[in-house]
Amino acid sequence: MIRVVLPHHLRTLAQVGGEVQLQVDGEATPRAVLDALEARYPMLRGTIRDQVTQQRRAFLRFFACQEDLSHEPVDVVLPRAVASGEEPLMIVGAIAGG
Amino acid sequence: MSSARVLVGTRKGAFVLTSDGKRKKWDVSGPHFAGWEIYHVAASPADPDRLYASQSSGWFGQVIQRSNDGGKSWAPVGNKFTYDGVPGTHQWYDGTAHPWEFKRVWHLEPSLTDPDTVYAGVEDAALFRSSDGGQNWEELSGLRQHGSGPRWQPGAGGMCLHTIILDPVNPNRMYIAISAAGAFRTDDGGKSWLPINQGLKSQYIPDPNAEVGHCVHKIAMHPSRPDVLFMQKHWDVMRSDNAGDLWHEVSGNLPTDFGFVVDVHAHEPETVYVLPIKSDSEHYPPDGKLRVYRSRSGGNEWEALTKGLPQENCYVNVLRDAMAVDSLDTCGVYFGTTGGQVYASSDAGDSWEAIVRDLPAVLSVEVQTLS
Repeated sequence: MIRVVLPHHLRTLAQVGGEVQLQVDGEATPRAVLDALEARYPMLRGTIRDQVTQQRRAFLRFFACQEDLSHEPVDVVLPRAVASGEEPLMIVGAIAGG
Repeated sequence: MSSARVLVGTRKGAFVLTSDGKRKKWDVSGPHFAGWEIYHVAASPADPDRLYASQSSGWFGQVIQRSNDGGKSWAPVGNKFTYDGVPGTHQWYDGTAHPWEFKRVWHLEPSLTDPDTVYAGVEDAALFRSSDGGQNWEELSGLRQHGSGPRWQPGAGGMCLHTIILDPVNPNRMYIAISAAGAFRTDDGGKSWLPINQGLKSQYIPDPNAEVGHCVHKIAMHPSRPDVLFMQKHWDVMRSDNAGDLWHEVSGNLPTDFGFVVDVHAHEPETVYVLPIKSDSEHYPPDGKLRVYRSRSGGNEWEALTKGLPQENCYVNVLRDAMAVDSLDTCGVYFGTTGGQVYASSDAGDSWEAIVRDLPAVLSVEVQTLS
């Protein structure tokens, strides 16, 4: 199972607490994880990546294993520790705004 | 016994206020969708328990929420707003061509007859419709594809479609307004659109009488006279007696004719309310006095309504979707401020009181009259 940590507002929107655990078939890539996340929680469609362009929203970042994966290709294979569930994929909102 | 329910959208959530027909004691619920910008909450005239809310965020984009129980519970519905075909371009602030990009929903207008049909006015300006309770949205692209579209440009707040008025007599007719393109009317259910800006004069654009380019802030109509429209333009309060074909100014003796809101008394089609704001450079009431102005003659002669409103040191703004009227026997009038107060009058504006205060900045106010 892959563990995903969502920012506060998306946990509220999806009505989940703490981490989300997802079954991802095939290689664990950012695209595959987001596909699985949106399939299980359809209300998150459009909130992490644009519905039309599929681009990551500008004020969100993907962190894992103390690395910023936000600018990696969406089909890059995630670190082994994320694929195994040892470490979570963190979706983080920018600390900005009022 | 009749009652009133006020739907308030703010910078940090939605609030629902309820009262009996006396409108003296109010229960406040919320914040719903805490921390999100709620540009608008709207109720279906055909089913008072059916509500729609536009929830948005600079981080997470657009969400549409729907309630089937009058706001007690909510569930997200569809949020995919895709422009029809190749979107093309409009003018950007610097005059260059800029591609149409969806940013948020400013205004939701449920159908007068079908709770599952609702219209959405969005930024960048376009009109969408859902016929399945908000699950799926399709653009009425005849508006954006009007020949003037490439000349539309945003106002300071973005290029937003903020007003949608459905004609209660002619189901094929509706009106919309865009900052800063102007007002448009369709007579064929949204397939084609006509700019209705003749008579508007805007000194801040190269041609003050241009077909499009006017910064219309809000339009209001009384349902018994759908051909009579009142407009608060950036500057100027305007009136049309022929469905927008021609406008004339009715600012009359207002202390300033800049402002955002305009509305019409529920039972008196010639009684109109505006809330003058000092200027587009200073977005607060003149002299620090919060005053609603009422005309009982359809414009030109205006009286200041001040009882119960702060008359010193008041520097709030009242945004374009933040005034509403109920249809109880004595018409109630409501407005919300950027200071977080919602003021109400249960006597058609003669006296006012804050029915809630210290909310986040208010973006929109709607009211339902419930029986």
